[in-house]
Amino acid sequence: MSLLNVNNLTLQFDTDEGRITAVDDVSFELNAGEVLGLVGESGSGKSVTAKSLMKLNPDNAVYGEGSQITLTLDNENIDVLSLKSGNELQVIRGGAVSMIFQEPMASFAPAISIGDQMVEQLTLHKGISKREAAEISIEMLDRVGISDAAKRFNQYAVELSGGMRQRAMIAMALSTRPSLLIADEPTTALDVTIQAQVIDLMKDLIKEFGMGIIFITHDLGVIAQTADRVAVMYLGKLVEQGTVRDVIKNPSHPYTRGLLNALPKLDNLDTPLMPIPGDIPSPLERPEGCVFHTRCSVAEPRCQQSVPSYSSFGDNHKAACFVTAEQQGNV
Amino acid sequence: MNTSLITADNLSVQFPIGGGFLRKKQMLHAVDDVSLAIPKGSFFGLVGESGSGKTTLGRAMLRAAPISGGSIHYSDGKVNYNLVDLPKSELIEYRKRAQLIFQDPYAALSPRMTVRDIIAEPLEVMGITSSREETDERVRNIAAKCRLNLEHLRRFPHAFSGGQRQRISIARALVSNPRFVVADESVAALDVSIQADILNLLKSLQDDLQLTYLFISHDLSVVAHICDHVAVMYLGRLVETAPTRELFNAPRHPYTKALMSAIPSLDPDQRGNAQKLEGEIPSPTNPPPGCKFHTRCPHAIDICKQQEPKLDHLGVEHDVACHRWQELSGPA
Repeated sequence: MSLLNVNNLTLQFDTDEGRITAVDDVSFELNAGEVLGLVGESGSGKSVTAKSLMKLNPDNAVYGEGSQITLTLDNENIDVLSLKSGNELQVIRGGAVSMIFQEPMASFAPAISIGDQMVEQLTLHKGISKREAAEISIEMLDRVGISDAAKRFNQYAVELSGGMRQRAMIAMALSTRPSLLIADEPTTALDVTIQAQVIDLMKDLIKEFGMGIIFITHDLGVIAQTADRVAVMYLGKLVEQGTVRDVIKNPSHPYTRGLLNALPKLDNLDTPLMPIPGDIPSPLERPEGCVFHTRCSVAEPRCQQSVPSYSSFGDNHKAACFVTAEQQGNV
Repeated sequence: MNTSLITADNLSVQFPIGGGFLRKKQMLHAVDDVSLAIPKGSFFGLVGESGSGKTTLGRAMLRAAPISGGSIHYSDGKVNYNLVDLPKSELIEYRKRAQLIFQDPYAALSPRMTVRDIIAEPLEVMGITSSREETDERVRNIAAKCRLNLEHLRRFPHAFSGGQRQRISIARALVSNPRFVVADESVAALDVSIQADILNLLKSLQDDLQLTYLFISHDLSVVAHICDHVAVMYLGRLVETAPTRELFNAPRHPYTKALMSAIPSLDPDQRGNAQKLEGEIPSPTNPPPGCKFHTRCPHAIDICKQQEPKLDHLGVEHDVACHRWQELSGPA
């Protein structure tokens, strides 16, 4: 049994302008020790999907009927969406499931020392004494490569550089030994040299701790370097998923191909950059049929009417596109 | 060789920090003794980590940062300006010729102005046009060149996506018909597909309007694609500058090499063979002596800790500031 099973997740938001669909019938699974990259443009629904794993979405969120998120901890299945009270949710939020955010400055409380924040969550989730929690925290800060950990423990987020803050954030997220880690654009705000260090660190930690990771990013290079499998999202739909090698070397959905063609590549400076035409539509004006047809270069009339189902392009590699499926004889 | 549009000689920019009652003021050397020539008509890339001084150098070239030493000259064939002591009357003239495109298209546009008013504002502020008809004409012209829908001119910016907003920002920067444009991380906040679109637009506008760009970016793969020259900065110093192809084929400075190897490869089969740079960029208030990069350089020796390397010319347009570049670039 895998660590995480997401089945037919549909999530809508009630807004003043009407009900908008943020996640549309998304299914995927994640094993322990595995890194799943979640890729897509802004507005594709990747962050909202990840937040539903902790039920962190705001009150106007409406989960569709049949949506199911199952987290398996010590052979026990937890139906995440049925959890209601704060107490029930505390098992997963910050306990079995941790999250790292893009902006480490915005994620630490500015007026509470790094140490106090780490201790608070440990005493809350692990029921240990403050002294023990402090020991674990300093050990963890040291583990993520923060020099002088005991001193940093008493400092505030503003006193740390961007790279150090992100390391501290990782230390905090991992100190409760979560089974599932959600990393939402954890390296986007960092310089490339620091990004390379943080990616290395995360790889080491995955080996050591064996947790499953959902790695959200818009940077396919970062995905290629870290993920085992990739799921590509567009306008709330999961359009393609497969191993990182299959998806990057043999992209089967026109949107994935578009993303790759738009990317500047260092080994081929002469190829012009090919933008995907148009902008991602507003969620209020979600296209009928295949959600990508308004920007797709190979769209046919049927793409405007019916929603394509998944076709298989190899072991665990599937994409939802009529045209590619037909070209490759996988109807 | 091309003539230079902008020439900086031994340029320094310092900011006072801290200080106050009975406390000594410290100086932060944001740009330290930089000499750089931007050829006319080039797409000149400026790269480096946060804190390297690239934005400050760009601002100094627009006369928007306090220049504390050295000189900058602007020369487009018709007019020449010495930016260090530019009288106020001429500063306005210079502003018509040198413009800036910002990073965040969400913060750069006033939500209370229509797109037409946003693009027209530079014309009105600088008194370039004499009638409303003339202003409208120029706004429509530049909007069309930036591929904006003319019907959108009456709308407010909130109705637009990131890519469209950045096109509005570009139109505003170009409406005064500048020769020199500083684009500071102008695609960093955009999704890849929109980034590609804006880069292509900048390139086609360059040919169309004969612009010279200073393109400031932390993203080396973007710079490699669009720029013809690249300068690399570290802690306020210029460490290497060269034509793009040459820089990417044969980087000489250890910092340039480290930056390039830190770019995550798109090939999942090439994992982890990058040479990693240890540590972080030191604080510019307390820069290390000697070569500023020596604290992180894998090849640093004693001389690097004591003596600041000079910029060596190793090709027509290829300069590098490293004591050991010759021995390090031996047959590998």
